[in-house]
Amino acid sequence: MSDKTIIEKQQEIINEFEMFDDWMEKYEYIIDLGKDLPLIDPNLKTEDRLINGCQSKVWVDWNFSNGKMHFTADSDAIITKGMIGLLIRVLDNESPETILKNDLFFIREIGLQEHLSPTRANGLAGMVKKLKTAALESIA
Amino acid sequence: MMNSEPTKPFSVREIREQFPALKRLVYNKNLIYFDNGATSQKPQVVLDAINKYYSKDNANIHRGVHYMSQKATTEFEEARKIIQHYINARKSEEIIFTKGTTDGINLVANSFGSLLKAGDEILITAMEHHSNIVPWQMLCERKNLILKVAPINKKGELIIEDFDKLLSKNTKLVAVTHISNTLGTINPVKELAEKAHAVGAKILVDGAQSIQHKKIDVRDLNCDFFVFSGHKVFGPTGIGVLYGKEDLLDRMPPYQGGGDMIERVTFERTTYNELPFKFEAGTPHIAGGICLGEAVKFLSSLDINAIEKHEKELADYAQDMLDTFEGMRIIGEAKNKTSVVSFFVDGIHPFDIGTLLDKQGIAVRTGHHCTQPLMDFYKIPGTVRASFAFYNTREEIDKFIAAVDKSITLLK
Repeated sequence: MSDKTIIEKQQEIINEFEMFDDWMEKYEYIIDLGKDLPLIDPNLKTEDRLINGCQSKVWVDWNFSNGKMHFTADSDAIITKGMIGLLIRVLDNESPETILKNDLFFIREIGLQEHLSPTRANGLAGMVKKLKTAALESIA
Repeated sequence: MMNSEPTKPFSVREIREQFPALKRLVYNKNLIYFDNGATSQKPQVVLDAINKYYSKDNANIHRGVHYMSQKATTEFEEARKIIQHYINARKSEEIIFTKGTTDGINLVANSFGSLLKAGDEILITAMEHHSNIVPWQMLCERKNLILKVAPINKKGELIIEDFDKLLSKNTKLVAVTHISNTLGTINPVKELAEKAHAVGAKILVDGAQSIQHKKIDVRDLNCDFFVFSGHKVFGPTGIGVLYGKEDLLDRMPPYQGGGDMIERVTFERTTYNELPFKFEAGTPHIAGGICLGEAVKFLSSLDINAIEKHEKELADYAQDMLDTFEGMRIIGEAKNKTSVVSFFVDGIHPFDIGTLLDKQGIAVRTGHHCTQPLMDFYKIPGTVRASFAFYNTREEIDKFIAAVDKSITLLK
């Protein structure tokens, strides 16, 4: 599965979401995705790993090994957990350069762009920024 | 009095017709707007007034010699009088136009606050909005004053005995919300005003959540300051009102300097304009003031007692229905409450419920509602808050309850 490109991974998510007819199925799926999220070590749920600007709490940890980024995360809200799960599914095991240069087009395609507005309380934008900043820091 | 007689009996259906935003679709569903505590929708008369002002009457007010300036000035000052009569202030000079509730509180904190001395005390309650906490904290820090906080009980009611104990000769100001934006609790502000005055303190009432729900009579309440926002009372954003008793406002120094607030300026010395202009530096929100006047006129054409009753029934009905869910905690169960139902479902983050309600066309607010100390008190990360206005209906609540049910099922 690590062979898939960042584009392919996004396309795969888009295909999955195309099966859903209504918002309810879509959110049911997002909630389910939250369950597959690689969970952050509870001891690492510290202030400095919290993403600012989210109404729910979102913690993200990352490490950089063999040229690839690896993320773990958690949230106290289940939909937020699914959203960070989606981002990590796309960005995990990618090089920092790939993470930085690629547009996350799947967010628009699956109709979650409303969550990208900076005032939006769940701060999907904040999560994207945090993951990209992590990538940037690891090559700095 | 211009506001004493409502022109028509109360009819929700007729009222809804006058609010275009209520007819819109959200995600292809009829909007159910239960976020009135954050802001209210606008009736057609207010929308028309905004349009008319900018398309026909736009001019800067005061000191203009030309026709349009004089017309705008007259309308702006007329709006001041409409508001004066609506809240039963003695004089229109006691009505200061501000940007909103927050601005009004900051004006008092800075201007009235400048008259206070180190060691003086300000008393607030545990259910205040951040905007009735932070300006006082900043003032206390600046002037070495002491901020005291009167506690509440688990139901979300002010504990009067504790309030009494915290009130002393050192108390110079009591700043209290009329209706809690998070809990819906109605505070007995008239009684609190008496208590404050008995020790020689002044009282500021935060009316952001009461002006649109209750008849406000500042003389009857005998409060020294009353603040509210235009946008929560069916008017535009960016405009609000500070009512203050004239003798008190007269003794207070200006808050901001600039045009309009002066009488005579030389480089050596400036003398200030009289009330209310002393506190209105710079070009005010002219359209905002005029259209807030329209909104208040609209409100005064309705039967406020019928509105109060209708909104109380909506809130009670919603609360009773919500109470039947497993794991439901109603946050704020004061005996005397209205218009707001806040809740938390065990094991479910309010954000999750809010997101799923949104998808069903229902606008509620989730989070701490700018009352973080209250969330700490109840040991919850936030609540889902449904807040009602007179244009909401029982049918909407039925749909809301069904949507909450659906959301919880999905999230459990």
